[in-house]
Amino acid sequence: MTQITERTLSRRDFLKEGGALVVAFSVPLSLGGVARASSTRAQQIGPASIDPSLIDSWIAVKENGRVTIKVGKVELGTALRTAQMQIAADELDVSLDKIDYIQGDTWVTPDQGTTAGSQSLKTQWANGLRHAAAEARAVLLSLASQRLGAPVSELVVTDGVVSVKSDPAKKVSYGELVGGRRFDVKITGKVEPKKPSELKVVGRPVKAVDLEAKVRSRHQYIHNLTVPGMLHGRVVRPPGINATLVSVDGFPKRIEGLVKVVVEKDFVGVVCEREEQAIKAAQTLKVTWKDPGGVPTHDELFASMVKQVGTARLLAADGDVDKAMAGAAKVLEAVYYYPYQLHGSMGPSCAIADVRGEEVTVWSSTQGVYPLRQAIARMLGLPARNVHVIYVEGSGCYGLNGADTVSLDAVVMSKHVGRPVRVQWMRPDEHVWEHYGTPMVMRLRGGLDAEGNLVAWDYEGWQASRGGRPGNVGAANLPTGYLIGLRLPPRNVQAPRFPPLGADSSNTQAGYLPDEDGLVANTRVIAHTVDSPFFTGPLRSPARIQNTFANESFIDELAAAAKVDPVEFRLRYIGDPRLAHVLRVAAKAAGWEARPSPKRSTGGRIATGRGIAAMQYEGSDGYAGTVAEVEVDRRTGKVRVTRVVVSHDVGIIINPNGLKAQIEGNVVHGVSRALKEEVQLNRRTSASRDWESYQVLRFTELPEIKIALINRVNEPAMGSGENAMTAIPAAIGNAIFDATGARLRRVPFTPARVRAALR
Amino acid sequence: MATVSIVVNGRRHRVQATPDTPLLYVLRNELGLHAPRFGCGLAQCGACTVHLNGEPVRSCIVPVSAVRGQRVTTLEALATGKSTHPVVQAFIAEDAAQCGYCINGMIMQSIAFLRRNPRPTEAEIKKALNKNICRCGTHYRIVRAVQRAAKAMA
Repeated sequence: MTQITERTLSRRDFLKEGGALVVAFSVPLSLGGVARASSTRAQQIGPASIDPSLIDSWIAVKENGRVTIKVGKVELGTALRTAQMQIAADELDVSLDKIDYIQGDTWVTPDQGTTAGSQSLKTQWANGLRHAAAEARAVLLSLASQRLGAPVSELVVTDGVVSVKSDPAKKVSYGELVGGRRFDVKITGKVEPKKPSELKVVGRPVKAVDLEAKVRSRHQYIHNLTVPGMLHGRVVRPPGINATLVSVDGFPKRIEGLVKVVVEKDFVGVVCEREEQAIKAAQTLKVTWKDPGGVPTHDELFASMVKQVGTARLLAADGDVDKAMAGAAKVLEAVYYYPYQLHGSMGPSCAIADVRGEEVTVWSSTQGVYPLRQAIARMLGLPARNVHVIYVEGSGCYGLNGADTVSLDAVVMSKHVGRPVRVQWMRPDEHVWEHYGTPMVMRLRGGLDAEGNLVAWDYEGWQASRGGRPGNVGAANLPTGYLIGLRLPPRNVQAPRFPPLGADSSNTQAGYLPDEDGLVANTRVIAHTVDSPFFTGPLRSPARIQNTFANESFIDELAAAAKVDPVEFRLRYIGDPRLAHVLRVAAKAAGWEARPSPKRSTGGRIATGRGIAAMQYEGSDGYAGTVAEVEVDRRTGKVRVTRVVVSHDVGIIINPNGLKAQIEGNVVHGVSRALKEEVQLNRRTSASRDWESYQVLRFTELPEIKIALINRVNEPAMGSGENAMTAIPAAIGNAIFDATGARLRRVPFTPARVRAALR
Repeated sequence: MATVSIVVNGRRHRVQATPDTPLLYVLRNELGLHAPRFGCGLAQCGACTVHLNGEPVRSCIVPVSAVRGQRVTTLEALATGKSTHPVVQAFIAEDAAQCGYCINGMIMQSIAFLRRNPRPTEAEIKKALNKNICRCGTHYRIVRAVQRAAKAMA
């Protein structure tokens, strides 16, 4: 192994280079999107880790008083950057426009895992950025106290300038106190962040700080980035997901600018001087594949899933379900199905990798620079510190799209050509090889006594999954790793066993169950994870939207069987007051008319109805209530969602403007998934290769929207990236039932399925 | 590889390209105009929209040789120069972007649409944008932005 020296961030270096050091490692936007050539720092690697216990790992103050926040939670298009800056602005008493922001860089930012699961604001509020900023302010005040000769209690901070209350002429700025230097102070964990009543920036509707740059097209996307000496790569994926490579047979016509055809087991890629050359090369390369087929249809997949034990977990076992069912006056059973769905990012995934011997630099729109670094290092057999991953914003991802896989593709190609390679996927690469949202089958049984009380709840669910996020297993769980021959160990098959594990974070347990403070006495919940033919990964509300579709449809079926209004029936079994509250608020905002479903038929071709659903996201990450109103065309089976009403409680609201944008996006995305989205499968692979073969909601299909925000300033901030979407399929299914008496148990609610249910 | 002469945003450029290269790659990689973006390469999503003689076209399927002697306009000319187009202003005012990847297409489509129909109804706006895809769900704000722009230009 060649000698590689670590670039240490010594105090001397920092003083010498000033605060600019932290900026130099991020993508230099000032260069018009041309990233620094890694050759200028040959034989240097970054720090092995960024110590999260140091204030300096989070906060830097420049000589001019500007504050840089360094965060591991990245901007994915959800205005998270803005919300994080709001939190820092309040804790540090500086205005938003004095804050600079560095995100996701393994040389600079602390390891905060992935930006996913609606965990980011929750994390930054509970134990990340907010506390680091509060500690930094305490240090600054202590320094100011010495400088000004006044106790801290006599000091006040106005936009980064500390002054003495009784003598405002005595003042010193943050820049004068520590500008360009390190704090060199550990986070004590003893500094209390501000009280809600002291917050001025948090809670204010703020325009996303990058909004104007995005609209004016000055924003830096990974797709715009170039590196000196960069080549262009494209992947040539197998025609079927089980196909293997027989031979690469060359091009029918000479390809201008061809640098290399990269082949590693079943991985095939082309590298050319220019982008259009790489596209042509990928499209015309003759490759012989052996394809055994064997990819099931959704029907076959669902049927096979429920026959498998897989990795099974007993999550709840309260009372005696079997006895309660046996004694019930009425037992209902229903099975719900949810298909593969796409993230379907607008911009196909893109990355640049520069592999120089044992030093690797990757620019990526990954949700987690550290896990990706780990996967790359494992794939190449290098120490993690030799791999520098820099986040650059991509197209909205909504979860694990192709961002990590394309980064690995670029690494493989760069390794073979010894130069930086930019790889962007073509539309079918994204549609077919991203990590799909998981298909699920959920079987529910419920028991009602003679008075219509819900006495037993029995859930068994099967989720099919393959691979997932990058990390410690290396690259074997991502398509690139699979194609170059890495294999995951077989799934650990395990029967469910005592004692029950309690609620997971996948909304497997409905809010009516004791683990979620619910009041149903006899419950059982068993969750299986089984194998999937396609790669899968977290897709906005992963497993939560599926489970909530089943749970919140089933409670509606029980309410109908008991001939009770769906809101009233739910409230009988909810113990969590915040869940009950969102349900009530949604109903009130929608003008809910209390009565059992279905509605009495008025005849006519168009039936109208309303449905409700509510849930607590992940058991601890926010609440949403949803009312959907629909029109169902009885002849065509076409469903039109005319209005969606959302009540929303995520604790203290950081940015009401950003929050509303998230809720609106959740509604559009959720309605799209409920009505239209389903990966079409043929015997070899996915037949959904473009936007014709994978339909999404269009402008003319938008429902009206009404949002009721609940702001609980004394409750911790929680996530809102997925909250409002989660109950939407159930609310729409319940509305279709209300309108027609037909129950839809399979997403999406296509006209054909609605017609079949109406018969 | 041939030299192709094209007029983009009022300036003539001589670029190296094979004649069948889609205009999109020439704009992005030769001229550094990054507003039009690759979304599908199939004219299905709208992210790559530019104006050709004032009419919206999907630059991912237009060969560069087909635009010789014609006026190509990209969002840069309407959003980054001295004057900002009212539609661009309206998108900023209405916060009409999340990830922002589709927004170029939304704006370019809307500008051309409002030229034909300066006082549209909400339904007409939605219809005009129906072949543009947005995956973040920014639709409500986009519609409001077009309504605001129509008012501003009335």
